Amino acid sequence: MSRLVVASIGPASSVQDGGRLGAQRYGLTPSGAMDRLALAAANCLVGNELFAAAVEIGPFGAAFTARDGAVRVAIAGAPRNADIAGRPVAMDTSVTLKDGETLTLGFARGGAFTYLAIEGGIKGEPVFGSLAVNARAGLGSPYPRPLQAGDEFTVDAASGAPELRIELPQPSSGPIRVVMGPQDDEFDDANKALFLNSEWKISATSDRMGYRLEGPAIKHLHGHNIVSDGTVNGSIQVPGNGAPIALMMDRGTSGGYPKIATVITADVGRLAQTSAGTAFRFKQVTMAEAQDEARKFAQLIRNLPDRLRSFDAVELNIEALQDANVAGYAVSAVDAGTWQVIAEP
Amino acid sequence: MAATLPPPRLLPSGDSAVTVEFSRTIDEDANQRVLALDKALAASPVDGITESVPTYRSLLVHYDPGKIGFDTLGEKLLALASQPLPPATTARRWRIPVAYGGEHGIDLEDVAKALNTTPDDIVARHVAGDYKVAMIGFTPGWSYLSGLDKSLHMPRRQNPRLLTPAGTISIGGIQAGIQCLAAPSGWHLLGRTPVRTYQLHRNPTFLTEPGDRVTFFAIDHKTFEEQDRAAEAGEIVAEQVVA
Repeated sequence: MSRLVVASIGPASSVQDGGRLGAQRYGLTPSGAMDRLALAAANCLVGNELFAAAVEIGPFGAAFTARDGAVRVAIAGAPRNADIAGRPVAMDTSVTLKDGETLTLGFARGGAFTYLAIEGGIKGEPVFGSLAVNARAGLGSPYPRPLQAGDEFTVDAASGAPELRIELPQPSSGPIRVVMGPQDDEFDDANKALFLNSEWKISATSDRMGYRLEGPAIKHLHGHNIVSDGTVNGSIQVPGNGAPIALMMDRGTSGGYPKIATVITADVGRLAQTSAGTAFRFKQVTMAEAQDEARKFAQLIRNLPDRLRSFDAVELNIEALQDANVAGYAVSAVDAGTWQVIAEP
Repeated sequence: MAATLPPPRLLPSGDSAVTVEFSRTIDEDANQRVLALDKALAASPVDGITESVPTYRSLLVHYDPGKIGFDTLGEKLLALASQPLPPATTARRWRIPVAYGGEHGIDLEDVAKALNTTPDDIVARHVAGDYKVAMIGFTPGWSYLSGLDKSLHMPRRQNPRLLTPAGTISIGGIQAGIQCLAAPSGWHLLGRTPVRTYQLHRNPTFLTEPGDRVTFFAIDHKTFEEQDRAAEAGEIVAEQVVA
């Protein structure tokens, strides 16, 4: 067994996985990763189950040190500078920390959440099948709260498997797609159009419970109190002040404000990765389109292992370069510890 | 009568959930139909449904669109919802101790003033109620109760509180509630119960189920402290009345 010690970490960072399903009827929110694709990609790189628990790192920096042996990890999600003792580490790759080495991650450059998956997964005691932190309910393991410097994980010793990178599709920069409802009939056409045609920004006061949207005030037809009913990830509710809130993974399981629209499953992670202050728009799609996109998104995640690439491909290129008689330059480019840079897509 | 039940509305809640709405308002008949549909789904599971969440007036059904589409699922749900209601079964009943007023119920006096009566009278009316757990939601174990005396109906607070204590017993609009964890709330706080409707590592983790009956009884603040310690240690504290 090795240990991975949290040397430093910013707020809004916690252990997350695929979420805690099946107990919403008791008010237990599912929690889980804000960006499921990135969680799955990081896990895939180190051979874990795709929705195994990983460290969800918020917008600020973090550093992790291997102790009592080597630890193999992978990073995916919001891009940020990463290095081991000055040696750059690319996003969407695995890397092995030798005993005593520290992986340092900078602030998110665009987006918010980056996932650090650990080979063999995070050890803990699942509740309702999940290690995901839900601080309000006192749930999550090994720490039922956001991570702090000094926390540590007991982890498998690094397997020595060859490092991998994963080729992910270019993230879309298009509008966030929504299906109208369930309570779009609580708004008149003008206000529905205002919602769909306006530019929105995510407020800095947003968190894993909900993203507050800054833009025009959306007015209700019959007031803002409805009888509480169920919510989903991506429900966009409109409270009395007219400023919509997109409910995220730590949402209450029910809510008493009309929900004008719901972000489609394929775009919830994209919304989660929209930085505070960045302008974006919504776009209405039909149920058929939304379900088609949901199926494609599930397939993309299922087939992530097909997108893994070894670094051998790079080595082959170097052989080709050697053949072309430019060997000295090319070889030093990989040997001098810049290996990871070459792998960056 | 069974043949004339109006069909519920199917409201899309994104691509992976549908709200089966029986009523727009809090309505005892609608709640019975919600709980009946929930039971029917548990008894004959539909492939693709991942979980269902009963609320006052609707059942939120989560599903995997990779296994079943909106239209097919909708037809199955409407068919199940048109079944005659099963005969009422005897519900469990919980007697929940409450320390009213003072530091535990900071709104009791204001509620009494607003309703032109005394705090004791508010307590008497609240204790006299025969409630039903209509739904559990918002935070773990938060039990929303129907059956609040009409004379206690009053609007929620203009400014919701950002944090209200664990165990809060409150009223809001036409609803009454048992809150388990500390949470934001816009309801009026009448008292606190030592009972944990949700407690990890206790069997059962969740005490209440939708459909359970509830009555309250007053305890003094000293008893509250004693029972609170017992509850923290894992005792249920609430009295279960078996009919």
